[in-house]
Formats: sequence, structure tokens, C-alpha cells
Amino acid sequence: MGMGVKVRVWGQYALFSRPEMKVERCSYDVMTPSAARGILEAVYWHPGMKWVVDKIHVINPIRFTSVRRNEVKSKILASNVLQVYNGADKPLYISAKSDIVQRASLLLRDVEYVIEAHFEMTDKANETDNPGKFKDIIMRRLRRGECFHMPYFGCREFPANFALCEEDEIKTAYDVVEEKDLGFMLFDMDYSDQNDIKPMFFRAVMRKGILDLRDCEVVR
Amino acid sequence: MSEVIKNRYEFVVLFDVENGNPNGDPDAGNMPRIDPESGLGLVTDVCLKRKIRNYVETVKEDEKGYQIYIKEDVPLNRSDREACKDLGIEETDDKKVTEALKKLKKSDPDTDVKLRDYMCSNFYDIRTFGAVMTTFVKASLNCGQVRGPVQIGFARSIDPVISQEVTITRVAITTEKDAENKSTEMGRKSIVPYGLYRAEGYISANLARKVTGFSEDDLALLWEAIINMFENDHSAARGKMAVRELIVFKHSKELGDCPAYKLFDAVEVKKNEDVEYPRRYQDYKVEIHEDRIPETVEVKRMV
Repeated sequence: MGMGVKVRVWGQYALFSRPEMKVERCSYDVMTPSAARGILEAVYWHPGMKWVVDKIHVINPIRFTSVRRNEVKSKILASNVLQVYNGADKPLYISAKSDIVQRASLLLRDVEYVIEAHFEMTDKANETDNPGKFKDIIMRRLRRGECFHMPYFGCREFPANFALCEEDEIKTAYDVVEEKDLGFMLFDMDYSDQNDIKPMFFRAVMRKGILDLRDCEVVR
Repeated sequence: MSEVIKNRYEFVVLFDVENGNPNGDPDAGNMPRIDPESGLGLVTDVCLKRKIRNYVETVKEDEKGYQIYIKEDVPLNRSDREACKDLGIEETDDKKVTEALKKLKKSDPDTDVKLRDYMCSNFYDIRTFGAVMTTFVKASLNCGQVRGPVQIGFARSIDPVISQEVTITRVAITTEKDAENKSTEMGRKSIVPYGLYRAEGYISANLARKVTGFSEDDLALLWEAIINMFENDHSAARGKMAVRELIVFKHSKELGDCPAYKLFDAVEVKKNEDVEYPRRYQDYKVEIHEDRIPETVEVKRMV
């Protein structure tokens, strides 16, 4: 490998929605690998590389809180936009009064994780791209706090602070917990067929505060 | 339109509330939102975004390029026009449009991008906060999601707030039946006697440049909207609310010069030592530790 990095991320709240409960959103107990990948991609990403998450260290105890908010239930319809685009004189907006819906979200609070990840080169890399170059860019960005956009924990209202983690030994709140079964969790989405994006799941077992994703069985 | 922004920004907004309810919690009978563990007051991100939208809508009055997509109410004349269309004067059949769209997508793969750009250039809130669009071609346009450059977190109060119940009466009775046996009706208001809240936000220049085209003018309007967000939002429930401080950090680069948390940590808001129960803004002191901020980052106090 050699191209691994450790990133410490923390924030006040997090919401990694369970796909089975996404109307009234309910968070998973810990960060999903796909959310971890999203955080890394917010810092640096290039078509010539892909992030692979190896381990997630759960530093803080898992605690929940809930927030209910007024939300709108409809999305922008592409067909409506097209009509107006082509000159139709139609109203184009969502009325927050008639489209309102109140939804609760079960959030995680005071989260902190260390993401261990590495990247692999893809065939979209240019000739001048090489792992060393990517690694340099990534390390520089992590040290200086540079990012493409502010990373977030599941939803954009929950920003994720990030910093390069340089300690070798990482203390977690679950150091003494031999094994905690978190059940089936979303691993990531399979984007290999753009017309048919499929979710992938895995059996998440946290051992001593660490979610090891290197040899886990992924179910499609 | 002016140029797209070229710098990353972070900002801290301090606002206070006096005898009002800054943001009701639908789960708690519209009492002010309070973090049950720490007692700190909360104001959600969407609450603040609503105020910004309302301000822009009020100031710009549907000016081209500054429309607001998610509106609080439907203006009447628009509904009228819609009604005319429904009589079948024009082609408003959704199915036909959908088919036309599908056909167009086959011949022009950039349709999604064109529609997105159209929405971004016309709607200030989409350009700023982003939006979700349903598309018909699966997997295109990142599931229809447009991420806006401006990201705001939950606002939290500096000190624990208490929510006070105020019972009020009114002499006008709603139903005639009730009027026969009582002369007043009781109502309830929940207020926070005083609370100073702090919200933190981020603006990504990359998303502005690559996705929505959020410009320097838009940014100026955003600051104006944040500073004035409560000025046009007075109501019986809100009490006295005001933005007390808008501290903007301007990075020298698109990607930024230093981590956001370092900048936020440099802004310290403290209750004065002799104050036990803060009841006014003067009971607090705001200090910006310039020594913790890199020289390349420009700090501006906009209020």
C-alpha cells in the first residue's frame, strides 16, 4: 500500500441515514464507508484515483439526539424546468406553505472518527499522474486544511472538521469492548453501471472501537 | 453579472434574541429548541436559510436572476395565470412534456446540465444553497443534486437558555358556542428571555466556479441578507432579534489557507465575569485572537 493516510474528523452532529428509514431519517451508529469516502473526496479527488477506506476508528461514544424540522416534500421537476426554459409562462417554485412536511431526524452527536484509507489509481489517470503526486497533494491539503468543499457528516448542515492524524496509537471510547455488532450497514453504492446504481451492504462489527473494512464480505 | 467568487470564505454570525422564540421545536409544542443535555439553545440551518431567502425576495422583488425557488407563499396573480393554462389553452399535459424531455435527452446528452444552469442563473437560492432536481435519466447529474457553495451549520447559544412560558388571554372568542360560557380564551407563548446564538458557515469557491456560478455580487447580497435577516422578520413570536456580529474570513486561495476550525476557534465569545444572568448583548465580550489566524486570511467584521 504505502499510499495510506489517516484523517481525524470531528463535529457536533452527524447523520448517516439508514436507507430503510429515510423519511424520518435515522442515523447509523457509526459512519458508513461511503460517507468516509465522501469526506475524503471533499478534500481531494481526481478521476485518476479512487479512495478505498480501510478502517474507521470510533473515538467518541455513540450518542443520539433528535431534531424535527419543517421540510419541503417535493423536488424540482425537470419537466417543469424544461417548459419554462422553452418559454412557457408557468410558475416555477415550491411553496413552503403547501408543500410542508415535518420530519424528525435522529442524529449522532459529538462525533469523532479516524479514517484510515488509501487510494488506488484508475485507468482514467493522465500520463503525468502518479501515486506520489497524488499523495503529495493530499498530504498538503490535509496539513493546511485545504479542501474542495467543506466535508460533512452525512448531511451538509453537519460540517466535519478534519486534520491529518499523525499518532500511531489511536485511543477510542470502545478500547475495552471486544466486539459490538452493528448489524448490516451500507457499504457503498456500486456505480460501475451508470444506469443501474446498486447499494452494497456489509456486516458491520466494531472490534475495540475499530470498524475494519479490509476483508469484509460485501453483499449486493 | 459579476465574476464568480475566487476565494474560500468562512463566517461566524452572532445574533441575539430578547423575549422571543428564535426557532420553535415542532416536537416540543413550538417551545424554543433546546439541546436537552447542555441546555444550550439551537437554531437550525434551515431556519436561517429561510430568513436569507425572505430577505432576498423582499429586496429583489422577483428581479431576473434573483428569484427564489422555495417560497413561503404563492402570489395570487400567478395562480390565476396557472388556472388559465389549466383550461387547455397550451400544452400543459405532463405526460407530453415528459416524453419530449426523454426525446430531447436522447438527442442532447447535455440537457440536464443546461436545465441545471438555467435554474442556477435564475434562482438566487439555488445558486447559493443548491437544490435537488428530479431527472429522468437515472444516475445523471449526481441524482439531480446541485450542491450550492454556501453551507451553514446549526446555531447554538453561547450559554444555556431557559424557555419561559407566558400565558396570555384574548377577549375575542373563536366560536359562538364557546362565547356563551366564557369571556376570554387562554393562549401560550414560549420565550427565551435572552440568548446570544452563534452560527458558523462555509463558502466553497470551487462549487461556485464549477457548479452554480455564485458571483461576487451574490456574495455581497448574501452578507447584506445575513446582516439584515431579522430586520424584516419581526413578528409576535420572535421578540427582539438582531444580528450583532458577522465575522468573515476571506482566504487568499480558492482552496483556503488553513483549517476552518482554527478560524472558528479564534473567535471567542465570553460572558462578562460579573454577569450571572445575561440579559443583553453588552453582557458579552467578543474577542478575535488575530495571532491564531494566518496572515493570508483576511478578517472582516461586517457589523
